[in-house]
Amino acid sequence: MHRTICDFTLDIIHNAIEAGSSLILVDFIESRDELKVFVADNGLGMSEERLREVRDPFSTDGTKHQDRKVGLGLAFTSQAVEMAGGDFEIDSRPDHGNSVMIRFPLAHIDTPPIGELAETLLAAFSYPGDFEMVVNRRLPDSGGEYSLVRSELAEALGGFETSGALRLLRKYLDSQEILAVPANKEGSV
Amino acid sequence: MAKMSLEELRKLRDEQKKSLSHRDVENKEIQIIVGMGTCGIAAGAKETLNAFIEELDENELKTVKVTQTGCMGLCYVEPTVEVVMPDMPDVIYGKVDPETAQKIVRKHIMGKSLVNDHVFDRPAADIVDTGANGGAK
Repeated sequence: MHRTICDFTLDIIHNAIEAGSSLILVDFIESRDELKVFVADNGLGMSEERLREVRDPFSTDGTKHQDRKVGLGLAFTSQAVEMAGGDFEIDSRPDHGNSVMIRFPLAHIDTPPIGELAETLLAAFSYPGDFEMVVNRRLPDSGGEYSLVRSELAEALGGFETSGALRLLRKYLDSQEILAVPANKEGSV
Repeated sequence: MAKMSLEELRKLRDEQKKSLSHRDVENKEIQIIVGMGTCGIAAGAKETLNAFIEELDENELKTVKVTQTGCMGLCYVEPTVEVVMPDMPDVIYGKVDPETAQKIVRKHIMGKSLVNDHVFDRPAADIVDTGANGGAK
C-alpha cells in the first residue's frame, strides 16, 4: 500500500503515461482543510465496463504481466480515499482520455501524509516517454502557486537522462516548493 | 534558497556541461534503471531514485544515465534497480533503500565490486520475454 498522497499521485500519472497520452495535466491544490489532485490525460481512455473493473485490485488489462492478475494502482487509491472520508472520481471516454480527481480532508486521522512533492515530480517529469506534462501547484490560503511545463524543463536541461541534469531538476523543483509550504508538510494531520 | 527561474536553470546546466572532465565522458556508459511500478512506488522507489541522484552528485558523477522503468516482475524485493556498466556484469539489485543506493554508487559503480546482499540477478521469467504468445513460462 502506498504511504503518501504523492505516491498515489505518481501512480495515477504513470497510468496516464502508459495510456499513450501526449498531454497530461496535473493540478495539486492544497488548502488548510483539504488536498485535491486532478490528473487529466488524452490517452486511450476506458470503456464503461473497464471503468467499473479498475477499482478491483485483482483486475488488470493484462498487458504488463500476462500471468499475473493484479492491478493495484487505482484500487489502492479508492480504498485510501474511502478510509479518509474523501472523494475519488474518475471519468473516461475511450480514445479521448481519463480524468481522475482525488480529495483528502487533511484533518482526518486516516488521511495519509502528503509526502515530498519535489521528489515525486522529479520521478514524474523524468519518466521516459515523449509526452507533455503541465503541473499546476496551488496553495489558495497563502496565494502561493507555480506551474511547470515538461518540455520547457527538458529544453533547459537538455533532457532528463543524466545524473547532473536530474540533480539540477531537483534543485529547481525544491526552489519552487519553498513558497508558502507549511513546515510540517509530511505530517498533515 | 530563492525561487529559481528557467533561465537560471539553463545557465546552471550550461556551466555544468562546460565543467565536464574526461572521466565524465567515460561515465556516460554507466546506466542505473530504477523500477517505478506500483510495487516500486509502494516500497519507496522515489526515495531510492532521489538517493542515487544525490549520491552521484556527492561523488561528482554528473554523466551517469539514471532512468526509470515499470515493474520488473520482482515485486517482492522492491525497490529494484538494474545497473549496467563496462567491466561489470549487468545486475538487478533488490530491496534498494536509500542507504543501499549509496552503497551501489560507492561499491559497484566506483569500486567495481558487487553489493552482494542485494543481488537478485535477472527479472522474473514471466516478465523477461513479452512476445506475442505471452512470454516465457
